Parts: sequence; structure tokens; C-alpha cells
Amino acid sequence: MNYIILAIIPIIVGVVTLYGIVRGVKVYECFVEGAKDGISICIRIFPYLLAMLVAVGVFRASGSLNFFTSVMAPIVKIIGLPKEIVPLIFIKPLSGSGAMGVFTDILKQYGADTFIGITASIIMGTTETIFYTLTVYYGAIGVKKIRHTLWAAILADLTAIIMAVTLTKIMF
Amino acid sequence: MINYIWFFILSCGILIGLITGKGEVVSQSIIKAANDSVELVVGMVGLLCLWCGVMKIAEKSGLTAKLASLMEPILKRIYKSAGKDKRALGAIVMNLTANMMGLSNAATPFGIKAMEEMQDLNPNKDTASDDMALFLVMNAACIQLLPATVISLRAAAGSKNPGVIILPAIMATAIACIVGIICCKILEKFF
Repeated sequence: MNYIILAIIPIIVGVVTLYGIVRGVKVYECFVEGAKDGISICIRIFPYLLAMLVAVGVFRASGSLNFFTSVMAPIVKIIGLPKEIVPLIFIKPLSGSGAMGVFTDILKQYGADTFIGITASIIMGTTETIFYTLTVYYGAIGVKKIRHTLWAAILADLTAIIMAVTLTKIMF
Repeated sequence: MINYIWFFILSCGILIGLITGKGEVVSQSIIKAANDSVELVVGMVGLLCLWCGVMKIAEKSGLTAKLASLMEPILKRIYKSAGKDKRALGAIVMNLTANMMGLSNAATPFGIKAMEEMQDLNPNKDTASDDMALFLVMNAACIQLLPATVISLRAAAGSKNPGVIILPAIMATAIACIVGIICCKILEKFF
């Protein structure tokens, strides 16, 4: 199982190309043709990525993130979330790499098999970086009015966090 | 909405940073973030192109269509207009499948493809359709069968059993995903 986790990328590439050649597809030409699209996608994504990373970077460097953490601590206590995890649930929707850093820090600080460590791990394993996904996906097609997307995503995110805390309490 | 959020994060950071005398730190963080974004994009060009190429083979060979047909009964019911479009549905399925396997780098090109296909079906080009909102929410709360990064980070931090979180993580996301779909269906009537 562990080997499958490590080898999942070659497995997918292998299965898809094998399926392609069996079905009589000119796999090499087809691959090159598709790969060309990747460059234009990257160019299109870049400005959105830049905008988001700068904003989050400033927010973190100014100490605002820490300030909000301490303000939010009493509120998150209601759902039983340890305040040590607050920075993670705030950075998670904003930045994937930022969340990775905060998450690693929590594991080192409080241990991977503690209540805090397990809850943080489940949260890391559940929700995606909402703002990043919204910015990149809507940016790529030029949609500006996102309607209820953010609210529904935040509600789903909150559900995942509450479930993570609850399941950790029940199962461990 | 994104305009206000971005403005809030940025201006709040700048204002608090300047008031608390962290002007230099903040200015360094801006330069660093700008450089990081270039590094990130350059770093993802290779893999993104690779997955676009692989995706093309999957598309041409009919693999996408086959996968879509397996998930069709469920997704067709939730996606109002994309559910009737083979290519949009195919891209949605491939994106959600890649997300399920924890391949976020692979999921992005599929996801953008899905958005483009849904945009073709969208009568109002600057406004998100119900399907797009639903797709993004399912993306944000997608079941991850193997949270590979989290597990390896746990192992690195000295966990005795890094894999214990897999099952609760799947359960938590499954419930979050269902809640997200229900929220979309209710909220889309008000926005």
C-alpha cells in the first residue's frame, strides 16, 4: 500500500498511456499536443497566484495572522478546537504551502500522536485551499461574480473542522 | 467578493504592519512573495504540461469518457447542465478523481479544463453558474483517499502510526462534501 502511495504518479502515467496505445491512439504526438496547453495555463494562472501570495505574505509578516488567532481563540473554543490549531484553520483556506508550514510546526511543537497533532492531521487531510482554488479556477475563465461559491465552501470547510475535532474525540 | 477579500487581507496586513513598526519586514515579505510566485509557477510548468499531455491521451483514448460513464449516474443528478455534456462531465470526473488520490498538481489542469467546458455552457460569462459553484465546493471538500503528504509529514514528525488519520479524514470529508452540496443547492436560489 505504501509503495502504491509512493508510485502513484508513474502508475497513472503508465495506465493512461497503455490504455491509449491499446486503443490505437498516437500517444507521443497526442502527449506533445496536450503538453502545449500547459504553458498557456501557467501564464494565465501566474498573476492570480502573485496577487494571492503577496497578500497572504503581508498578512503573515505584519503579525495580523497572530492577532486574529488570539482574537478568534475564545470563539473556536465553542466547537472544542484547541487554540493551537487556530493558525492552521486560518491559513488553510488561503495558502497550501503556508498551511503545510504551520501544520509541520504544530506536529513538531505538540507531537504527531497527541489530540492536537491528530486533529491537525485530519484537518490537513480534509479541506482544500478554498481561496487558491477559487482564484485560480475562476481566474482562468474570467468569471468575476462568484455568487454563493465562497459561502458554501466555507460551510463545508467548517463542517470538516467540526468533524475532525469530533472524530478525534470519539476514535482516539 | 474576491476583490473585497483580497483588499482586506492586503490592506489589513499593510496597515497593521506599518503601525506596529514592521515596515521593513512587510516590505521584505512582499518581495519574497513576488519571487516565490515566480518560482512556484516555473516549478509547476513541467508537471502541468506533463499532466496536460497525459490528459490528452486519456481524452483521445476514451478513458475520460469511460470514467465519466462510471460516475455519471451520481454526478448527472447533481450537475444540472454539465451533467448532460460529455466533455464537461469527463473533466469534472478526472479532476475529482485526481483530488481523491491526493494529486493536487494533477487535478489543477483537469479542473481548469472543467471550468472552461462549463463556461461554454454558461449563458452569463462573467457570472458563475450553479454548476461552477458546485464544482468548486466539491473541489474544496473532496474526499482524499490517500492524504500522502500529511501521512509522510506525520511519519517525519515521529508518529508511531502515521496512517491512523486516513479513515477519520475520509469520514470527515465525506460529510463535509455532502454538507457542501446541500449548501450549494439551497444557496443557489438566493444568489
